[in-house]
Amino acid sequence: MSEAIPLTPISSYRGIGFDDRMDTVEFRVAERAHIVVDSDICRSCTTKACVTACPANLFAPTSDGGILFNYEQCFECGTCYQVCNSEGALSWTYPDGGYGVVFRQG
Amino acid sequence: MGAGPAGAAAALTAARAGASVVLLERGPFPGSKNVYGGVVYGRVLDEVLPRWWEEVPVQRWVTRRSTMVLTETQALTVDFRTVAWGEAPYNGCTTFRSDFDSWLAGKAVEAGAQLVTSTVATGLIREGGTVVGVRTDRPDGDLRAKVVIAADGVNSFLAKELGLLPSTDAAHLTLGVKEVLSLPREVIDERFGVRGDEGVDVEILGCTRGIPGGGFVYTNKETVSVGVVVSLEHLTAAKVRPEELIADLKAHPAIAPWVRGAEVKEYAAHLIPEGGYDHFPTLHADGLLVAGDAAGMCLAAGIWLEGVNFAIGSGLAAGRAAAAAAQTGADLASYRKDLESTFVLQDHKRLRKAPGLVLSPRVQGQYPGLIADLVEGMFTVTNPTPKPGVVRLLRAAANKHGVKLRHLAVDALAGGRTFR
Repeated sequence: MSEAIPLTPISSYRGIGFDDRMDTVEFRVAERAHIVVDSDICRSCTTKACVTACPANLFAPTSDGGILFNYEQCFECGTCYQVCNSEGALSWTYPDGGYGVVFRQG
Repeated sequence: MGAGPAGAAAALTAARAGASVVLLERGPFPGSKNVYGGVVYGRVLDEVLPRWWEEVPVQRWVTRRSTMVLTETQALTVDFRTVAWGEAPYNGCTTFRSDFDSWLAGKAVEAGAQLVTSTVATGLIREGGTVVGVRTDRPDGDLRAKVVIAADGVNSFLAKELGLLPSTDAAHLTLGVKEVLSLPREVIDERFGVRGDEGVDVEILGCTRGIPGGGFVYTNKETVSVGVVVSLEHLTAAKVRPEELIADLKAHPAIAPWVRGAEVKEYAAHLIPEGGYDHFPTLHADGLLVAGDAAGMCLAAGIWLEGVNFAIGSGLAAGRAAAAAAQTGADLASYRKDLESTFVLQDHKRLRKAPGLVLSPRVQGQYPGLIADLVEGMFTVTNPTPKPGVVRLLRAAANKHGVKLRHLAVDALAGGRTFR
């Protein structure tokens, strides 16, 4: 597996660290990943829009041009597949019933 | 399908009309997947839940509504407050969706609907061209019904399965991100100039680094919610991370004093369908109705930003149409006619040009600075030089921000037509 390029601005942006920000949200993590990325397709993608747009910062570019992703702390907003412009690179469904994000004060 | 405001309202009217109703929710409880941006306007509930305001799980009743224009260093606010909105029958409230949506779904259950949570509708069951039920992710989970109401939210995979919604549509979606910030109740009262259960809703233009969109701040009992809503297409092009826009807003000299010392209690994000009337999906198919965000019902018209009430309004109508279809075989096309007779489609139709105007480059990129400079010029005392005169200041501000006076005239006319 290739290594993720660290995204320094995110972890340190004004006050609250990104991990602390995400720790405020309840996630009931399902075994099944509801996001699947085909990194082979991502390698030919020049925009990698998912990387900056995803509000949960789940997508990280790898040194060989692919994408590393994580589905566990997902808001299920749909931003990633809406902005993805590489046909077939990203498949997205809802997590299984009862799993995923639980907003208390949405 | 979906126990948000649209689905719950549909289940309520359908159950009351005597239909057998299952209200399916993929989250562990209604509202657990939902996020909104400020105010629930409950007037739409009067017809089905008289005196709803006595039991709705309210955070604060909005008695103060501000519209704010920001530049990096300036702020101009139009601030309206009225005692009337703090008394029955009220106008709008702030709430948490986990509370509000659960409450409304509870009303549907009281009316006889069966709420099934933690269950995803994974697809439609079709016979011929007609929708006759849904598949779910439960074992043996097929559910057959005379009518399926897709109230499954902005990503509505059920409407997409029939081709009613495009599979992706970044041009007509916005991304909302929000922080709920905790502060002691008396600190909120003091900073926002309210007391008791009075609350404030502030809508903001010009705080998004030129990315079309806006921001908001509103008060809950012991938290303040702060967020931004931006065009998904332009956010992506700008390569800006969404939480940075919230951080910018919180650091603005006009906003920072409100949220100083507050801790983030919950961070949230959600897509919003803001295309308006001209981008609605087809609202019905054989055996299926589309309501709420799935039907693109959010009204994003600049000074008016509403969604939950439109979801409820469309849901109430969908429930009525579905019950009539199930019981007497009535045509589901009555749904659209019903909506056309209410605020749901009338407001959207009247304001169909508003999303385009409000998100246009001049309104977003140039007018905030122009207006702020004009006002700064008016109130900066230049003694011993005499006052320059408003027209000269307007010319100078327009010039500085690259706006021609004929643009101002064109946009004023367009604004007049859009909001007539």
